[in-house]
Amino acid sequence: MKVRAQIGMVLNLDKCIGCHTCSVTCKNVWTSRDGVEYAWFNNVESKPGLGYPTDWENQARWNGGWERTRAGKLQPKQGNKWRILSNIFGNPDLPEIDDYYEPFDFDYDHLKSAPEGAAFPTARPRSRISGERMQKIEKGPNWEEILGGEFEKRSKDYNFEGIQKQMYGEYENTFMMYLPRLCEHCLNPTCAASCPSGAIYKREEDGIVLIDQEKCRGWRMCVSGCPYKKVYYNWETGKSEKCTLCYPRIESGNPTVCSETCVGRIRYLGVILYDADRIEEAANAHETSDLYEAQLSVFLDPKDPEVIAAAKRDGVPQDWIKAAQQSPIWKMAMEWKVAFPLHPEYRTLPMVWYIPPLSPIQNAAEAGAISSKNGMPDVRNLRIPVKYLANMLTAGEEAPVVTALERMLAMRSYMRSKTVEGVIDEGIAESVGLNGRMIEDMYKIMALADYEDRFVIPTTHREHVEEAYDLRGGCGFTDSNGCSTGNKGGSLFGGGKKPLKMPTEAR
Amino acid sequence: MFANFSIDFFIFGIMPYIALTVLIVGSIARYERDPFTWKSSSSQLLRRKQLILGSILFHVGIITVFFGHLLGLFTPVWVLDALGIPYAVKQWMAVLIGGIAGAVALVGATILLHRRLTDSRIRMNSSFSDIGIMVLIWLQLLIGLGTITLTLRHMDGVEMVTFMNWSQSVILLNINAWLDVANVHWLYKVHIFLGLLITILFPFTRLVHMVSGFAAPFRYLFRSGYQIVRTRRAPAARSE
Repeated sequence: MKVRAQIGMVLNLDKCIGCHTCSVTCKNVWTSRDGVEYAWFNNVESKPGLGYPTDWENQARWNGGWERTRAGKLQPKQGNKWRILSNIFGNPDLPEIDDYYEPFDFDYDHLKSAPEGAAFPTARPRSRISGERMQKIEKGPNWEEILGGEFEKRSKDYNFEGIQKQMYGEYENTFMMYLPRLCEHCLNPTCAASCPSGAIYKREEDGIVLIDQEKCRGWRMCVSGCPYKKVYYNWETGKSEKCTLCYPRIESGNPTVCSETCVGRIRYLGVILYDADRIEEAANAHETSDLYEAQLSVFLDPKDPEVIAAAKRDGVPQDWIKAAQQSPIWKMAMEWKVAFPLHPEYRTLPMVWYIPPLSPIQNAAEAGAISSKNGMPDVRNLRIPVKYLANMLTAGEEAPVVTALERMLAMRSYMRSKTVEGVIDEGIAESVGLNGRMIEDMYKIMALADYEDRFVIPTTHREHVEEAYDLRGGCGFTDSNGCSTGNKGGSLFGGGKKPLKMPTEAR
Repeated sequence: MFANFSIDFFIFGIMPYIALTVLIVGSIARYERDPFTWKSSSSQLLRRKQLILGSILFHVGIITVFFGHLLGLFTPVWVLDALGIPYAVKQWMAVLIGGIAGAVALVGATILLHRRLTDSRIRMNSSFSDIGIMVLIWLQLLIGLGTITLTLRHMDGVEMVTFMNWSQSVILLNINAWLDVANVHWLYKVHIFLGLLITILFPFTRLVHMVSGFAAPFRYLFRSGYQIVRTRRAPAARSE
């Protein structure tokens, strides 16, 4: 057993209102620069739809993620190492910028500088890449917002696999949900495994996956390797960039910008302890439908004395163990089993999990006729097909999703009974395999969602590894080599400088 | 020595040393001082069209040509003698392999240059050095293939051995070696001059990605295929 800590995230889709505040605040902080205008480290998609970049979930097209070969070996779907190296001159699986969208700006200046004319001046779009006039904007970062466009196109959504989808194109049967997406900070990241330069790494202390900008050579294999298409090639600097899980904020115990600003308070951050020795075995589970359970088996119970002892031995600080015991992520993923990984079938063991959304009863006319248990409707009659959610969150296994939805309904039913009728009905809790205390806890964390319940983030212990004296007067975070002290040791041009302590590779 | 200074002396006698010095010192300085700029500057994201075909043809061709020159010029002549390879045979090999690979590279370079100059997305995001180095390499390929027509007139391999001796003398610091090649056809001279010029420009252009490209497989093929984890803790603090 090798215990490592990971900052995980859970998004409660049941409460997402699709306001895009996460995307916008993220953009303002991280990607308001040339070369990454098209990149959204966080974006919110309306589902069903093809998403951004178009059709990203369809790995038959993009070859992202991992696959289990016939010989039972785990390798990136885009190919083994030799194949990746042989594609270095031209990557056949790399999306073009038009698969995201051509970034544009408007001629705002024309509004005030236009000469007097018969028609009112307009601000027409201009490409941010070529600077040329764009006659028509064909695409944007959220082109399918609230089911925009015809169903015919959107129904190519990969999550419709195995569903008679025609009826969902009808107005009466249509359904929608929001899906905010960011880097999954996977336990088994394909981007890192695909990088010929070894520039992508996972941090030992918190599991954040980062790209070493000075080591990245722009071979672009990470972009195609990531099944979530959450590594972006900066066409201005020629380097790949991705979500950093706002590590400067996480290090100081603050939530990421997207989580902090979330209006619906749907985001949770917390520590999960996992067994690094079992990653390969779990990611290489025989059937894709086993992967959700396999990932659960990698997580370690932070209250188990054996795990605590092993964690201390492996250098996990005491307050991180304590945070893991109070982690909302652990509760939602392991205790209540209401959160699920996004597309576990990609075999990356993602660490941004989702609570599936409840939806209205499918047909109001049927409302009286549908089966109900304890005054709760059958979740199979919810407007969003369970199969659709299962395709997205559990590689098609419906049972875990059904249980999660039932537990969320039970929570409402139990609390309604308690607060409206003043009756504590343990029967409701027991019917979904919980007890009253757990439901009250669920209610506190998932429904009330206080700040300190949502974010249980221990600070990073940089003081153990760095001399604060060497850091004084540093210039903070820069995009380029600005006043970087990233060079190790002495300088070629004289002077032994005190370098920042850079993380080194761990075995 | 400097009394009878000639352009030949400069190109064959002095320029190789300038080129090698700038190449080595410049590359180390860039890698040391500004590793952020060390990259391939791929434009595939902006336009896939023409890139895959052009880039693969160009790279496969030029890498073959590059190693062909390296092997061909710097294999000591006595090795050829020891192996019993007649000079004429070696020259035929050079002409055939170099000719085919050079032609492939030229086709690729032409596609890439056309793409770079005519596609507005690529053009707008090309620096002077991006276009400049592409044009130089294209010309170099053209001239290199042009010299084959001259070479075919004397297939006994004598002139090839002259070039081999000159290249190796440069490394061995034989300062008078330039006299041997002063009488070759001017097209060869232009080819060598351009080659040295590109070598000088190497550290200041995107060509530096060659080093990473050649280096990448060594580490990549031998490292673990899964997580790469970095730690800030000193190895001693970690328990194994």
